[in-house]
Amino acid sequence: MSSTSVPLTMPFVKRKPPASVRRRRFLIAVANHSLLIAVSIAFLAPFFFITLTALMTDNQALSAALWPHPFRWSNFLDVFHKAPIWRWTLNTMMYAGLATLGLLLSSIPVAYALSRLRWRGRDAVFLVVLIALMLPPQVSVVPLYVMWAKLHLVGTLWPLIVPNWLGDAFSIFLLRQFFLTIPEEYLDAARVDGCGELRILGTVVLRLAKPAIAAVALFSFLYTFNDFFLPLLYTGENPHNWVLSIGLSEFRSLHQVQWNLTMAATLLVMAPVIVLFFLAQRAFVEGVTLTGVKG
Amino acid sequence: MSSGLAAAPEVELPGLTLERRRAKRKAAWRRRRLVLLLMSPWIVGFSVFFGYPLVTSAYLSFTHYDLLSSPRWIGLSNYRYLLGTDQQIWPAVYNTLWMIVVAVPLQVAFAIGIALMVARARRGVGIFRTIFYLPALAPPVAATLGFVYILNPANGPVNILLKHLGIDGPLWFQSPGWAKPSLVLLGLWGVGNIMIIFLAAVLDVPEHLHESAQLDGAGPLRRFRAVTLPSISPVILFAVVIGVIQGLQYFTQAYVAANIASGQASQSADITSNLGYPEQSTLFYPVLLYQNGFRNFEMGYASSMAMLLLVVALAVTVVILVNSRRWVHYRGTAS
Repeated sequence: MSSTSVPLTMPFVKRKPPASVRRRRFLIAVANHSLLIAVSIAFLAPFFFITLTALMTDNQALSAALWPHPFRWSNFLDVFHKAPIWRWTLNTMMYAGLATLGLLLSSIPVAYALSRLRWRGRDAVFLVVLIALMLPPQVSVVPLYVMWAKLHLVGTLWPLIVPNWLGDAFSIFLLRQFFLTIPEEYLDAARVDGCGELRILGTVVLRLAKPAIAAVALFSFLYTFNDFFLPLLYTGENPHNWVLSIGLSEFRSLHQVQWNLTMAATLLVMAPVIVLFFLAQRAFVEGVTLTGVKG
Repeated sequence: MSSGLAAAPEVELPGLTLERRRAKRKAAWRRRRLVLLLMSPWIVGFSVFFGYPLVTSAYLSFTHYDLLSSPRWIGLSNYRYLLGTDQQIWPAVYNTLWMIVVAVPLQVAFAIGIALMVARARRGVGIFRTIFYLPALAPPVAATLGFVYILNPANGPVNILLKHLGIDGPLWFQSPGWAKPSLVLLGLWGVGNIMIIFLAAVLDVPEHLHESAQLDGAGPLRRFRAVTLPSISPVILFAVVIGVIQGLQYFTQAYVAANIASGQASQSADITSNLGYPEQSTLFYPVLLYQNGFRNFEMGYASSMAMLLLVVALAVTVVILVNSRRWVHYRGTAS
């Protein structure tokens, strides 16, 4: 942005400055931002060390070596032989997929009623949604566990999935904030054309709110993929229904493996989230920002 | 509301008003039905997964209940034990408070610092933003495992590097004094979420405010205090509220770190002893609640702990929100 000022004497060809000048400019820029660069290196270092260790042999993982010699890529295959990674992945996908689907289907209409319809008590209900959002899940966990135990569903994934089909406070909040930004004229135009509220929601609002819906789906997927407390509570005793986060936390002690395989498994669990981030970077950043604006 | 509207057109023909009134009432009823239909998932979900457990939790907190036999009323005994006798409760409360008081301000300050640096960088804002955001994406279990390895005293990279510098590294997750600071480091690594919100807020500060402050002779520090800080204060409030709420539910990292670090030290399979390892230094309030409720199956006692947590969480939320008016500056909004 700063270097766009083109000298008047050469209107058409932008001359490259000589190499020595460029090198000096680059070094000055590095010096100017040395602290920023140092902190970024510190932020990348854990990924770097985890990857290096994941490529070591068993003996090396026990030594003080920092650089793998030789690189043992087969560690990543060994992880699959040691533990039922596919089983855990399947369970995780089932939890994440069904929870996200239900959360979208149930939260969108609620968010619409809380933002674009006028009715008595609406603001009070929204306040209750916010309070529910702020309270720790540990507050209600004991009676819910008792409830699921009485239904003989402890040990399955259903106690994790079902609540999402009945509205999620965070998603309702996020969607409402976005629905409020849709200009009333669009909705009025549809009303004049004889659209009912349900059709307005199904066509106009859904189409305009695509980015927000994508962000909510992403957050839901991330939340369920990362979730540890509830899966531990409900499936901890039943390894058949473990999700990746539970399996990973027990991987080292259950299978008596060295740090190299543990770090390889750690990387494998991190990978899907990071790949997803690079595929949907814009939705991520916009979504995170949306939570902060108009809090 | 509707009666006030209907009383106005008295001059019109009686038949017409009656018809209108009926149509209006019908429309109102249809609207109400629509709202009820749209709200129904939340109404059911809130009653079953929020209202019901809250009421039941309050009842169970006055009982002895082990899931096998039905709850037995024991009055205030749980609360008396909770506030008087329990040897583990004070370490748990202390650890939780420590984590909130130390970690939350550090995280907020760190996030603002990084956001200011990234905003100042003319090139590569996108690259830096990605670098700082990636750790926040790492699943907490994976991130914790990574940190327990990197900081492990035997052959972890950090202590190896420190040794090359001639420093004897601490025992990190193996030492009661260093376990919580290690968790703080882990938290600082994952600060990207708040950082992105701060970055958006910092980039949103109108340039002309900086310029006029500069013309008035304000230095960089003064400009930060007088221009940037007031402009981003709503985001600071947001970050503090989120930080405190998350501090009250801090569980996953503490559970996994204690589990892995203790397994490394002893290889013992005794599963109850590793919560809070080492020496209760990572025994946070939610961890203790989990231990009482779902390891020892003392559901009544765990419920009384949950009620105390509820009261504290509500009080903290109210105090923060009420006090915020004094120092949060909302730009351009009338409310």
